[in-house]
Amino acid sequence: MEILVCARRVPDTSENEIALNSDGNDIERDELVYSINEPDNYAVEEALQIVARVGGNVTVATVGAEDDEEILRREMAMGANHGVLITDDAFAGSDARGIATILKAFVQKGSYDLILTGVQAEDGGAQVGGMLAALLDYPFASLVNSIEVVDGEKLKISREIEGGNKEISGIDLPCVLSIQTGINEPRYVGMKGIRQVASIPIPTYGATELALGASTVGAAAAKVTRVDYFVPALGKSAEMLEGTREENIEKLLELVAAKGGLK
Amino acid sequence: MIGLQSNAQLTSWLTQGQVLFLLIHILGVVCFAYIVAKRLEPLVRGQRDLRFDQPLARLGRVFKFWLGQWKHPRYRVAGTLHILIFAGFILLAMRAFTVLIVGVSQNFVMPGLSGRAGPIYNTVTDYAATVVFLCMVFAIVRRLVFKPSRYAVPARYGKAHTADAVFLLALIAILMVADSLFAAAKAAAESQQGRPLEVLAVFSLPWMLQSALASTSIPILGRLYFSGYLLHEVTFYFLLCYRPFGIQFHVETSLFNVYFSKLNRGTLKPVRLGVSDEHLDQVKSFGVKTFEDFTWKHMLDFYSCADCGRCSDNCPANAAGRPLSPRFISIKARDYAFQHYPMFGHAGNGKPLVGSKESGGIYSEDEIWSCTTCGACEEECPLLVEYIDKIVDLRRGMIDDGNVPQSLQKPLKALESRGNPYGKMEKKRGDWANAKDFQQNCRVKTLDKQNGADTLYFADSITSYDDRMQSIGRATAKILDHVGEKFGILGAAERDSGHEVRRFGEETLFMALRDHNVDAIKASGVNRIVTADPHAYNALKHDYKNVPFVEHISQVIAREVKSGKIKFNPLEDEKNVYTYHDPCYLGRHNQIYDDPRDVLDAIPNLERVEMTRSRDRSFCCGGGGLMLFYEPKEDERIGVKRVRMAAEAGANVIVTACPFCMVNIEDAIKVAGLEGKMTAIDLAELVDQQIARETQEVA
Amino acid sequence: MARIFAYIAHKNGMADDSAVELLAAAKKVDAAASPTAIVTGLGANLDAVCSTLRASYGEVWKVASEALAYPNAELIRKALVKIVPAGSIMLIAHEHFGIDLAPGLSIKLNAAFVSDVLAIDGIEGSNLKVVRQEFGGQVSAHVRCDISSGAVITVRPGAFKPTEGVALGGTVVDKSSEVSALTAGRRYLQTVVAEAGDVDITKHNVLVSIGRGIQEKDNVSIAQDLADALGAAVSCSRPVVDAKWLEKSRQVGSSGKTVKPKVYLACGISGAFQHLAGIKGNPFIIAINKNPKAPIFQAADVGIVDDILEFLPEFTNKVREMHSVSAK
Repeated sequence: MEILVCARRVPDTSENEIALNSDGNDIERDELVYSINEPDNYAVEEALQIVARVGGNVTVATVGAEDDEEILRREMAMGANHGVLITDDAFAGSDARGIATILKAFVQKGSYDLILTGVQAEDGGAQVGGMLAALLDYPFASLVNSIEVVDGEKLKISREIEGGNKEISGIDLPCVLSIQTGINEPRYVGMKGIRQVASIPIPTYGATELALGASTVGAAAAKVTRVDYFVPALGKSAEMLEGTREENIEKLLELVAAKGGLK
Repeated sequence: MIGLQSNAQLTSWLTQGQVLFLLIHILGVVCFAYIVAKRLEPLVRGQRDLRFDQPLARLGRVFKFWLGQWKHPRYRVAGTLHILIFAGFILLAMRAFTVLIVGVSQNFVMPGLSGRAGPIYNTVTDYAATVVFLCMVFAIVRRLVFKPSRYAVPARYGKAHTADAVFLLALIAILMVADSLFAAAKAAAESQQGRPLEVLAVFSLPWMLQSALASTSIPILGRLYFSGYLLHEVTFYFLLCYRPFGIQFHVETSLFNVYFSKLNRGTLKPVRLGVSDEHLDQVKSFGVKTFEDFTWKHMLDFYSCADCGRCSDNCPANAAGRPLSPRFISIKARDYAFQHYPMFGHAGNGKPLVGSKESGGIYSEDEIWSCTTCGACEEECPLLVEYIDKIVDLRRGMIDDGNVPQSLQKPLKALESRGNPYGKMEKKRGDWANAKDFQQNCRVKTLDKQNGADTLYFADSITSYDDRMQSIGRATAKILDHVGEKFGILGAAERDSGHEVRRFGEETLFMALRDHNVDAIKASGVNRIVTADPHAYNALKHDYKNVPFVEHISQVIAREVKSGKIKFNPLEDEKNVYTYHDPCYLGRHNQIYDDPRDVLDAIPNLERVEMTRSRDRSFCCGGGGLMLFYEPKEDERIGVKRVRMAAEAGANVIVTACPFCMVNIEDAIKVAGLEGKMTAIDLAELVDQQIARETQEVA
Repeated sequence: MARIFAYIAHKNGMADDSAVELLAAAKKVDAAASPTAIVTGLGANLDAVCSTLRASYGEVWKVASEALAYPNAELIRKALVKIVPAGSIMLIAHEHFGIDLAPGLSIKLNAAFVSDVLAIDGIEGSNLKVVRQEFGGQVSAHVRCDISSGAVITVRPGAFKPTEGVALGGTVVDKSSEVSALTAGRRYLQTVVAEAGDVDITKHNVLVSIGRGIQEKDNVSIAQDLADALGAAVSCSRPVVDAKWLEKSRQVGSSGKTVKPKVYLACGISGAFQHLAGIKGNPFIIAINKNPKAPIFQAADVGIVDDILEFLPEFTNKVREMHSVSAK
């Protein structure tokens, strides 16, 4: 099975403090540590486990710039067969639909049975996977937490829905799935592995190879633009208890009792 | 017995069997040689190990640990038994060989024993055989009736080893009886015939058998003489050929195992011996994944394990109910070797050692991750079997395959990107020294091109970032300040020492951290390093090369107490009883036991008690570094056990000299429900609290 | 001005809470608009939902079809494409169904797409201005969306408070005939209900809820001790389940359980939206967290900045004391 995973390099939320920069038009990026978007990493691990069971290849692609190559190398160190960087100045400023359009052009250059993305990235958009599927006219499922290969033509998948329940569906190949965290336990990628792939050449694809014009990608074609970042004035927030621990405990006990919390 | 003048009748009893005896000799020796060759086969396929250097030092160890049985008395009863048995075997060696040869060459006498030495030797060996026999009886009774707990085999490791142990003990006893019977029958016959005879040692086993046979007829004595000989020879060769199939192989391998044992304590085996760090990228696979990835010496360790259980008896992970028992690391690997390198047939199966039984594995992942590398096992083992290197090598293999528990992946990733396992920002690493109140009393400078110093205080990650442990850093800085040390810290330029990163098998990440730190240390221009963290101390001393001389703060304090620079105010809390907990990486691994104790004893009014398990028998707190992130399955926390030991010793304050010990012990005090009844304090904190400082004169 | 539609999910004949929230959002887009609700399904349940929605929406479009008996987003998308006029603005709740349906729908309608919107500032020219969050809620962003060829917008549940309105008595329009022969490459098979754990957190009035701040599995007992003292149950946020410190049945959140307690103690929980989405009924929320900037303090009624590993055991002791005093 040929599997493509569309991944993204994002600021690592657990090891960074996100704050606005002094100009107020972006977050402070100087000391950020970047890594692969966590759900995308789960997607790559899932792809690796699928090809371990049924054979095939895993390709990881990202739309970005040279810096983004590092996540491709990391996933190749994890076991992915190919890494692809899709890059062009013309792509800068693309909105989600633009990214999906770029990815669609890349997908159509190859022949993939299954396309995986992480359910969402740091912007919380959760959009590229669904858009890509619609552009390709492939069936789509989001929040996937289990994949079973039935045969070369279809999969049995499970989606995460409310209450921890699972929605089981059959889906035809080729299809696009967005993967939820917790679907598996990603393997460790050690520094040795990363060093070993450090000099493998990574092919790039640009606007020309993908036959994409300014009407469909880039800032000009974008319909959705982020105007700024801000930290909202704190609205109605909690009444903070400011005393010593003993005082806070006393006050808390009163409040809980008053609200019917003590038997 | 030996040097007997020939007696036609007696020798004729043996002559009948000459051909038989010769055949048994040939068969026995050939079998033994074949078996040993087969046993050597996996060693030939194993990785190389560099153990042929420093022959004099190695011989010294053979004298101390093999001949001198140095470690044995740590378990008094078993130790005494074994020393007696071992001494007996050594003494009886020449006698046994003589007996064996006499069957085919009746007048054989061992060189050197033909004169007066002969009878003396005979007397000594008569007693030796008796002692060995009695030891066998005692040992069998001990196994069957008293059943010391360390011999027990937990269900998941299979059946008990008692039957096999008793069988072997019985065989040795039979060997002694056979030898004694042979001597007794002869002596009895000679005494009846009025021949000049050698006197058997009074009350020895041969002597007692002789008394029993005093009035037995000569023909029967002749048959007993023959039978005794045959029994001796058969038992001897049976034992010889049977030993390589079990733990008794240690009889043959122990000398070699001790000779080839590791000389440089505290260092870790490199990834591939003979391959330097710069060339490591040529090594495709790191660590031990299949059996043949072990070095030949490690395989020899497996053969040499005597199944005594002393290692597991002292293993803190084992005591806590984690799935690790060092004894079974050896026994399972040995069984694997026996199973996959049989006497007849083909070798190996190349399957990974770590994995489920169905996939051919012998170790579980949790088993290998459970080890805190405290070194208690290696400290106990009388045969000097090494464990830490093997565990680290197995971990290297798992890391290489990406097989790492999720709970460890996060701190490893943080170490890679931020240089500390907490994921905190590099630029905040030196912030502990800027705490407002502290800064007013003690300015700690960050070393850089403009700011130099003689000494570097290497704080390491936990002391730098953990709210609680930062007070150890501040106390250490104040002490250094007090003794007039010109020191600084690396601050944001410092990275984790990588000590646990290395011991958890991530060698490449360790090297990256190490190289960064070495560059920073060189750039700082210091000529000395001090640290309050024994893990950092061990790393700087053994894992790092080309760094200045490093000391632990307890050594500095002890020296300055002796010199008089540090004087203490008397303790005011006279009702507290203190005990010192030896951190593994200060005590056992680096043998610094006395300095911290001397410091404590120099504080007036400090009442100190020793726990039963102290010094090189200290019980690990639970482990440091990455071990704090690992989530083991265990019955009771290791730290909780240690805290209870302190309570048993009558202490209510535990003093330690390691921030990881502090984390584990303070946590354990809460979990054990001893909050309010037991406290913990770091040595540096206590010293800082009690140092007599001149009060500032009011300006 | 483009026509505004709201897709309404429903279960067992009851419309989802988002029905009135989407209405409020639509009013923010265009105060004068009369949005149309769209519901799909089959049979009596569908009719019941339509009846309810008539009270709030001027027009309710009903699409009844065998194929749509179970809400399969792939099929529903095809149905919507057939009936929604070009250039419309389509509002959908941002939860598991909306995430599945909306992005692909925007492509098929050739409309712009913005997801997980928290606030709508209004229209400026051909742009709609909205507010979103990024980085797990740590920063907000103003976003501009060109709606000249329509837009699909998913709305964060709970972000738009329903407005008091006059009961409308809207009409129900049956659009079923415009939608025929629906097929898709994804077929619904069954729903596997989450295993009931030993404790049903939805039935408790007081919950002691823990997040990543509990730090390790062994500390969960600290929360259990407090729960025992209060006669409460222990629940948690997603990271605790991912780390396997508690079973999934204890998880409160959009992919876990929805709870309606009287008192909710959020201990070491950052306050990510997905977690808060599981708390309904406006309980008294107490937040205890080491980080004074944690988003939970926006959602809570009372906040304490402290280390839960130290605070909770002391609080537990005080609760026990109180009980022993009152028992005398």
